[in-house]
Amino acid sequence: MTHYLDNAATTAIRPGALEVMVPLLVDGYGNPSGAHRMARSANRVIDEARETMADVLGSTPGHIVFTSGGTEADNLAIRGAVESGGVAVCSAIEHHAILDPVEYHGGRVVAVGPDGRIDLDRLADALDDRVAVVSVMAVNNETGIVQPIDEVVALTRERAPQALIHTDAVQALCWLDLAEVLADVDLISVSAHKFGGPKGVGALVVRDRASQLRPLLHGGGQERGRRGGTHNVAGIAAMAVAAAETVAERPIRVPAVAARRDRLADGIRAAVDGVIETGVVSTDRSIKTANMCHLCFEGIESEALLFLLEKHDVMASAASSCSSGAMEPSHVLSAMGFDRALAFGSLRLSLGYASTDDDVDAALAAVPPAVARLRARG
Amino acid sequence: MAEILVAMSGGVDSSVAAALLVDRGHTVVGVTLKLWGGESDSGCCSVSDVDDARRVAQQLGIDHHVFNFGDEFDRFVVDPYVADHQSGRTPNPCIECNRHIKFDKLFRRADALGFDRIATGHHARISTDDHGIRRIARGADAAKDQSYVLHMLDQTQLARLSFPVGDLAKDDVRRLAGELGLRTANKPDSQDVCFIHSQGGRQVFLGDRIPLRAARVVDGDGREVGSVDSIELVTYGQRKGLDLGGDAERRYVVDIDHGGATVTVGHQEELLVDHQTIDDLAWSHEPLPGEFLVQCSAHGRPQPAALVVGGDEDQLRWLDPQRRVAPGQAVVLYRGDDVVGGGTAGRHRPNR
Repeated sequence: MTHYLDNAATTAIRPGALEVMVPLLVDGYGNPSGAHRMARSANRVIDEARETMADVLGSTPGHIVFTSGGTEADNLAIRGAVESGGVAVCSAIEHHAILDPVEYHGGRVVAVGPDGRIDLDRLADALDDRVAVVSVMAVNNETGIVQPIDEVVALTRERAPQALIHTDAVQALCWLDLAEVLADVDLISVSAHKFGGPKGVGALVVRDRASQLRPLLHGGGQERGRRGGTHNVAGIAAMAVAAAETVAERPIRVPAVAARRDRLADGIRAAVDGVIETGVVSTDRSIKTANMCHLCFEGIESEALLFLLEKHDVMASAASSCSSGAMEPSHVLSAMGFDRALAFGSLRLSLGYASTDDDVDAALAAVPPAVARLRARG
Repeated sequence: MAEILVAMSGGVDSSVAAALLVDRGHTVVGVTLKLWGGESDSGCCSVSDVDDARRVAQQLGIDHHVFNFGDEFDRFVVDPYVADHQSGRTPNPCIECNRHIKFDKLFRRADALGFDRIATGHHARISTDDHGIRRIARGADAAKDQSYVLHMLDQTQLARLSFPVGDLAKDDVRRLAGELGLRTANKPDSQDVCFIHSQGGRQVFLGDRIPLRAARVVDGDGREVGSVDSIELVTYGQRKGLDLGGDAERRYVVDIDHGGATVTVGHQEELLVDHQTIDDLAWSHEPLPGEFLVQCSAHGRPQPAALVVGGDEDQLRWLDPQRRVAPGQAVVLYRGDDVVGGGTAGRHRPNR
C-alpha cells in the first residue's frame, strides 16, 4: 500500500477527467483548427473547456490561453511582457519557471521576510516606471505559504501603474478561490496535473490589460496568435473537468484536508524534538494552504529521510520535486533565512483531496523513528 | 542474502558490479553520488553519468538513488587539493574521496539506511588470512588494479565491503556488460581528476582559486635555465613545461623551493634517494616489521624497502635507490599482493 503524500508535486488524475480523454483520443481526434465536422467537434470541446476555465478563474473565455503546462504559462507571462522592453520583478521564492526567466532577462528579485511572504517594503523599492511585469505566486510550492496578493496589487498599481501583474497560481487552485483572490491581477498561470488533470496541459489567463503580451511560440495562429501549436484536445478537456470538479468540491474538501494536515503536523512535532514547522508560529497555520506540512529537522539530511520513508511506503519530497538530487539547498528556505544544514533537513508532506486518515497514520508511524535513526547513526 | 548498496558511477565497472550482485541473489540498490556542482567533463558526477547509472539500474531491475555529498566533497577533497598544491604538495584527490566520501560518509549513510554491505566497481580483491584478518589485495587485472587508492581501508570497513569485479579482467567486465546489453559496455574509462575540466586543466582550476606564482628554473650551479608560470603545478621528476629551450640532455625537476620560488633541474640520478619518510602511516591490521614492496603512485612499480620505525618519523630504506616521491603522494606497503599499510610521502628535508 502506497501512501502518497506528494500532492504538491503532482496528483492522481480524477476519474471524471480520465473519462473524457479516451474518447477524444480514439474517436474525437480531429484537429480543432480544421474545417470539417471532426474538426468542429474538437473545436467545440476546446470552446467548452475555455468557458469552464474562465468560470473557475474568474475571467472570460477570450482571456484563456491554453499552454503545455505551468512552466510554459509562466515563461509566456514573463517573456511575453518584457520582450518589448522593461524590467521583470518577482519574489525570491518563486518557482524556477518564474525565477529563471526573470533572471535571464536581467530582472529584479525581491526578498521575502522570515515568515516566508514577500517583503512589501522591498517590493516598493523595486517598483519604478521601468517595470513591465511583477510576478508574485499565490501559494509557495515548497512551504504552502500564501502570498499577500492584494497588497502586491495595490502597491504595484500605485508605484508602477504601467506594469502588468502576474500570479503563478499553480499550487493554489485546490485551496483558494482564485476568481476572488486573483480578481485584480492581469495574468494567471495554472497547471492541470496539480488538481487532478493530466500532465502536459495548463493555461494562462491574459486579461485585457495584458492584451499586448507577445507570444512565445509562433506559428499556426492558435489561441488568437498568442500560442501557436495544435491543441492538446483531450488534455484541455480533462483539465476543464478536473478544475470544475475541484472547485465544486472545494468547500467540503479544504476543511477535511486541513484537519488531517493538522493532525499530521501536530503529531510529528509532538514526537520529534528539534523540528521547525516552516512559517508556522505555535500552531497557527492560517498563513498556509490546507494541504501543506513542511518541516525542517535538525541534524539529518532529507535525502536519507526520504529513503527511509519510502521503505515504509510513504512518498514525500524534500523541497520541490524539481530539486531532487540538487547540490544546493532550497532557494525558498535560503530566502527565508534558514541556515544550510537546516535547509538540507527539510521534508514536504503535501496532502490532496484523496489523502486518507491511513496516509496520515502511515506518515505519523514512519517519520519519528526515521528521524531518530538518522540522528543516531547518520 | 544481503542488502547491498552499490556505488554506481555510471561507468562500466560499477554497472557490472551491480549486475553480478543481482545475479547472486542479493537485494541491491544503486546510488550515484553527486559530488561536484562545478564545471567538469570527466570523472563520475556529470549529468550524463547519472543518467547512465540510472538506466543501468533500470535494466537490472534495481532501485537507483542520487545522494548529494557535495558539501563533504568540497570540504574533504577539493579544498585540501587546492591547499596541498598551494603548500607545494602533490595530492591524490581520488584517495581522499575514497577515504572521506565513499568509505566514510557513504558508509555511515548506508548503515543508517539499514544496508548490510557496500559494493563498488573498484578493481581490487579482499583477502582473508587464517586468522580472519582481511586485507585489500590487488585486482585480477594487473593493468587496472586499484588497490593503491584503497589502502586506507580498515578491518571494520573491509568486513562490509565487496568489489565484485575485482576477480575479473577488464575485457571480461566489458564483455559481461555487452552480453547484458548495458549501455555503459563501451564507455571509456575515466582518466583524470573528476572535478577538473580537461580544457583548462589544473592550471585554470587552481588559478581560479589561489594565486599561482611564477618561479625561476635553475641548474645545480644556480644558473637560471628556464622558468615556470606556476610553481604550484611543478612536481618532482617533471621534465616538460620548464622552458628549458633546445637543451640536448634531458633534465628533471630535482628540487622545488616554494619559499624561494625556485625549481632546480638536474640529471635523473640526482632524483635518486635511499630513503623515504612516511607521514600518518596506518596499518590495515597490526603494525608489521621488516621488508615490504612499496608503491608510490597509482600505476608505479612496487619496490622493496625496509621500514625503520622510531625517532621523529617513520622511514623507508630503499633496497635500491629510488626516485624521490613528491610530498603528498600515497606510499602504500604491500606483502605480496596484499596491502598491509600506507601513509603519505613526507618532505625530504624537513629543515627546509
